[in-house]
Amino acid sequence: MSAAPIFAAFRQSLGEAWAGGAGALLPLGFLGGAAVLVPLGIGSDGETLKAVGPGIIWVALALASLVTLERIFQSDAEDGALDIWLQSGAPVSAIAAAKTLAHWLAAGLPLALFSPLLALMFQAEASPALLVNAALYALGSLAFFFWGGVGAALSATVRRGGLLISLIALPLFVPTAIFGALAMTDGPGSGGAPLFLAASTLFACAVAPYAMAAALRLAAD
Amino acid sequence: MWSYFANPHKFLRLSDWLAPLFYALGAACIAYGLWQGLWVVPKDEVQGGDIMRVMFLHVPAAWLAMASYSALAVASFIWFIWRHELADIAAKAIAPLGAIWTALCLATGSIWGKPTWGTWWQWDDARMMSVLFLFFLFLGYMALRAAMDTRQKAARAGAILAMVGALNVPLIKFSVDLFTSLHQDASVITADGPKMAAVYLTPLMISALGHSLLFGGLVMTRMRTEIRERRIARLHAAALEGA
Repeated sequence: MSAAPIFAAFRQSLGEAWAGGAGALLPLGFLGGAAVLVPLGIGSDGETLKAVGPGIIWVALALASLVTLERIFQSDAEDGALDIWLQSGAPVSAIAAAKTLAHWLAAGLPLALFSPLLALMFQAEASPALLVNAALYALGSLAFFFWGGVGAALSATVRRGGLLISLIALPLFVPTAIFGALAMTDGPGSGGAPLFLAASTLFACAVAPYAMAAALRLAAD
Repeated sequence: MWSYFANPHKFLRLSDWLAPLFYALGAACIAYGLWQGLWVVPKDEVQGGDIMRVMFLHVPAAWLAMASYSALAVASFIWFIWRHELADIAAKAIAPLGAIWTALCLATGSIWGKPTWGTWWQWDDARMMSVLFLFFLFLGYMALRAAMDTRQKAARAGAILAMVGALNVPLIKFSVDLFTSLHQDASVITADGPKMAAVYLTPLMISALGHSLLFGGLVMTRMRTEIRERRIARLHAAALEGA
């Protein structure tokens, strides 16, 4: 067993995610587009936007993970790369985790880093808290990508798998969405919410790779 | 131990008399529970007057929503480890029934909530939400199975998803404690024993037992149908080979 296939999978996925010429700009464009629709849809009242802003960014992150993950394993299953990963001798769970991490780096992390700017557009006060929120978005979106990866691996051989991924992954997004939203409001129980958010992300990182590995073995059959 | 139950012939023989027995006992229990609940027990003004009688449907449905997902996860686990076909047949049979009882729980909850709390649906009530997500887990499970092109793949993919979902259920449930909740606190299963007056509790328990028996009977019938469908498919395949 060697770690080389894991790095190769990571590089391949990062390359795929950056391909198309736009790099991280593409997911940022997606987030911007999704966020701009909101004031148009619900009206431009400042107080309302301030209240819904953090939640809109969570929703946009969840959607971004679903959109970018649709093809992550499907293309590998189609062009035979999946069989090579499976025969490489490296743990399949580690390869799946590396590929998911690469997609998070290319699409999830830029969105989180971009979030303070969007928060300002949603009338949030400019304060260091926005940077803390950016870190929380980064943390939570990692869980979105890992659970989304389970959905992507399960539907790797399914045509039009994108809709299926959403249905499979959305219930798994729940704890992250709840803890994430709690961490940014002063509601009851918000004291420990960032820790719970971190815990649910760690849980996703611990469980999802094994589920992805089992699903990828199924896809290769 | 599982291997003893994993034999389809033994299952067909067992369910041949057990399923009708479950139906009969279940019907009797549900009828008793409804009669007690709708006509006999006194109404509780705190819980909205006569509308609280929907409890005798709502609580058994909530119990079955959770129990059926647990059963789905256990069946998936058994199939995934030991590959007993009967466990997969059971998982396939449980999913739509579980989804129906979960939907029933949500619907009766809304009907109860409107006059008592003044709203059909409360987003910051985590208990409502966790049942809703249980419903989505069932839907995702059925959609995934339906999307797979062979029976073996459907079984494997479904088992993986059901187990991942089961691992997440405690986490989803845990979030309940972090919210202030409109929903009344647990009153049947608490650390100090039931907090509910016996006049309500007894018919409620019998009603829950009745729904469980009905559920068990329906699962067995669906499993029998599936076993026979697979047998027919095999006979067709054999006939085609011979022709």
